[in-house]
Amino acid sequence: MMQFMLLFSRQGKLRLQKWYVPLSDKEKKKITRELVQTVLARKPKMCSFLEWRDLKIVYKRYASLYFCCAIEDQDNELITLEIIHRYVELLDKYFGSVCELDIIFNFEKAYFILDEFLLGGEVQETSKKNVLKAIEQADLLQENQNEDWGGLSDDTL
Amino acid sequence: MRVEESLQRGWSQRPAALPRPARMVLPSLKLQELIQEIRGAKTQAQEREVIQKECAHIRAAFREGDAPQRHLQLAKLLYVHMLGYPAHFGQMECLKLIASPRFTDKRVGYLGAMLLLDERQDAHLLITNSIKNDLSQGTQPVQGLALCTLSTMGSAEMCRDLANEVEKLLLRPSPYVRKKAVLAAVHMIRKVPELSDIFLPPCTQLLHERHHGILMGTVTLITELCERNPAALTHFRQVVPQLVQILRTLVISGYSAEHSVAGVSDPFLQVQVLRLLRILGRNHDESSEAMNDMLAQVATNTDTSRNAGNAVLYETVLTIVDIRSASGLRVLAVNILGRFLLNNDKNIRYVALTSLLRLVQSDHSAVQRHRPTVVECLREPDASLSRRALELSLALVNSSNIRSMTQELQGFLESCPVDLRADCASGILLAAERFAPTKRWHIDTIMRVLTTAGAHVRDDAVANLTQLIGGAEELHAYSVHRLYSALAADISQQPLVQVAAWCIGEYGDLLLSGSYEETEPLQVQEEEVLMLLEKVLQSHLSLPATRGYALTALMKLSTRLQGDNNRIRRVVSIYGSCLDIELQQRAVEYNALFRKYDHMRSAILEKMPLVEHGGPQDDEPGEGKEKPWSPKREVQSPTEPPTSNLLDLLDLLDSASGDAQPPPALDLMPGDSLLHLLDLPSKTPSLAPIPGLKVFDREGLQINLSFVRPPETPALLLITATASNTSKSDVTHFVFQAAVPKSFQLQLQIPSGDTVPAQGGPPITQVLRVLNPNKAPLRMRLRLTYNHFGQSVQEIFEVKDFPLDTWQ
Repeated sequence: MMQFMLLFSRQGKLRLQKWYVPLSDKEKKKITRELVQTVLARKPKMCSFLEWRDLKIVYKRYASLYFCCAIEDQDNELITLEIIHRYVELLDKYFGSVCELDIIFNFEKAYFILDEFLLGGEVQETSKKNVLKAIEQADLLQENQNEDWGGLSDDTL
Repeated sequence: MRVEESLQRGWSQRPAALPRPARMVLPSLKLQELIQEIRGAKTQAQEREVIQKECAHIRAAFREGDAPQRHLQLAKLLYVHMLGYPAHFGQMECLKLIASPRFTDKRVGYLGAMLLLDERQDAHLLITNSIKNDLSQGTQPVQGLALCTLSTMGSAEMCRDLANEVEKLLLRPSPYVRKKAVLAAVHMIRKVPELSDIFLPPCTQLLHERHHGILMGTVTLITELCERNPAALTHFRQVVPQLVQILRTLVISGYSAEHSVAGVSDPFLQVQVLRLLRILGRNHDESSEAMNDMLAQVATNTDTSRNAGNAVLYETVLTIVDIRSASGLRVLAVNILGRFLLNNDKNIRYVALTSLLRLVQSDHSAVQRHRPTVVECLREPDASLSRRALELSLALVNSSNIRSMTQELQGFLESCPVDLRADCASGILLAAERFAPTKRWHIDTIMRVLTTAGAHVRDDAVANLTQLIGGAEELHAYSVHRLYSALAADISQQPLVQVAAWCIGEYGDLLLSGSYEETEPLQVQEEEVLMLLEKVLQSHLSLPATRGYALTALMKLSTRLQGDNNRIRRVVSIYGSCLDIELQQRAVEYNALFRKYDHMRSAILEKMPLVEHGGPQDDEPGEGKEKPWSPKREVQSPTEPPTSNLLDLLDLLDSASGDAQPPPALDLMPGDSLLHLLDLPSKTPSLAPIPGLKVFDREGLQINLSFVRPPETPALLLITATASNTSKSDVTHFVFQAAVPKSFQLQLQIPSGDTVPAQGGPPITQVLRVLNPNKAPLRMRLRLTYNHFGQSVQEIFEVKDFPLDTWQ
């Protein structure tokens, strides 16, 4: 299973953190710090995999964002690259030519999308269409409910 | 437009600020405004200020219990949390939001729960009820949220409470919910393995689903069940045909817009199925047989132009080599890996190297075929690849390729990153040891390694090389010439310097006598040799051990060289006052060899006999460097425990007669001890019969002392204390301690045991060595502690009536 996924910028700022294993805040911060440092130190020509503690780290850079996943020993590194790519495609489709700013200003959406693609560290839906449809419907549900309530609240978070 | 490009574009096209909706300005910031402001902060301090101010607002809002705004406030808090600021005061708000009927609230609330709550806090249990309600009564999106949260942060307790709810959702109509329920089950089993009982039965039916999401989850669930439970593994072997069918459908059905990636049908599902097949086929002929053809088909038909196809291929290869596959299929798998090695994509090369490393033991000849490609990978600039290539290369060395492989590895050693040097060096040395075609090649190889990476070799490399050279008589001249040249060129590589010094010392005469046929005629003058060794001695680059080698070598040369020894004597006497204790000691002893024991010098400094590989140095007199040290060590090790015993004893015996003894200090006094300690460990004492002495007899436990005085060492008395037991009860925890008057030295060796079984069982023996150079009358104080007849006993007494022969 995937133990966690981190998204961070070239400056090391965290943009998303999804943890599928229980760890204290302190431990999460420590791991994040270490990994960010390690990945940012990699040269561009190096391969996308590295061993870290007892895990395998698969990372890929898309524009200004690093997508970094920690998988277990028996997991397939190459398919994890595909998982990362699929997630980026989903974000891209949803936001329309996604960039880092989209993820910054709409971080909750990024989480919602991820939660329709992976669950408990495993792939739950392999159809791009189905994931996007689910998000769409949830967004719609939010809007409709907001209308029921009337003026005050925001229709985008 | 490709994703990467679109992402690049985004920067330039985004407006600087997002449009604000026209409405009443609220006292605190909207989420996006907050984010804007935080990003606008120029310093860390400024950022902190903005956030602290906003958090105060958020806290106030939480306190006021403003329901419609709660989700906004929490969202802001979650953002701030991601930046690393504390957000624990939002935990309760998550609970409230989750309990709200509004979907917006639940969405943010559950997200908050996943980010802020975990099983370490008691608060997390409070959401169990909400989850239960949402699972049983919620709309599909709500059920989805609940299942997602449960799978992300659900603790064992929560899982136990909610297992039944999840089970119910496994077979409900909506695929959207079912696919999540299945994965929730996976998480629950990981947390509470006993729940396997609930989730095993539905699996077979779920496997008939067409929905890829449900299939995906089901295959994952079955995998998890099988990995945890051998009974489940046996049970699920029956689904192998079904899994094969799923795979077949995927591979044959061809392109499906919804699920294809780069021309490969649902690679995620394929990989998952292949992994399960691996687990089911392992160690099971029938299952392996059933999947053989399909694996071959996937292996040959998958499109390898893009990563997706290679991912499937990779998983296929892993499965083929792990199950009981036909040999043809195995060869195919290894060949695929070989092809991967040639792939332009570094990632593919990486997984290939990793997999080949796993296979190198079991499929050695198949992997050997790819050796040239593996060796190519040594040149990878990427360290994680070259490391794997190194490991694999070392594993592929055998007697037929040793020369060429060593050549390659030596080349790698010269340029590889520092952290790989040690492994590479020791790998080469090990391979050389195992497969060296000739001794000369072996020596050359080790020398080359020492020259290239001397600082990184293991400590025993020096010993190994000296042993190797020592044992190859025909190569002595060759070795000493080569080592001399190497040393003359560079005295910084310590292991090399040490070996060279040793060699020059041993075979200095061969060095001077002329050239060895294949090396260039090397006319070496005596003075040059001495100068070089002195240079080593004086250099700040030399480690203390190295200087020891050099000094000893100089000493040996005193018997090998024609000229007079004044220069050597001078150097040796200078080092007699060296600050380094070890060097000082050696120098002083060597000085003694020049003076008092000059008649013995040539015998002591004779060439070492040819040693057997792996054996310790022979304990014969006339050895060179080793001798002064080994006896000292040999005698010292048995005394370590008893020395402390002695001190304990001395502490407790507060006798006024001054029995206090310093622990036997074994410094060699110049001139004396060298000889007498030479003899101590190895010679068995020849017996001049001295009567024994019974010193203790109580309730069946007897202690008898027997004595031996070796004739060559008048000052030494060997006492063997024997404890025997004729009573009906065992004597246990027996400890024997002794003390002697000031002029004596005492060492106790390790006793044979601490138990004397009853009724004349095997006695405990312990040897005591007493040194009595002044021939003073022998007295001893003995202390015994032991358990006998269920009681602990302590006895202290003095023994005075030793036979005269023991000390006169």
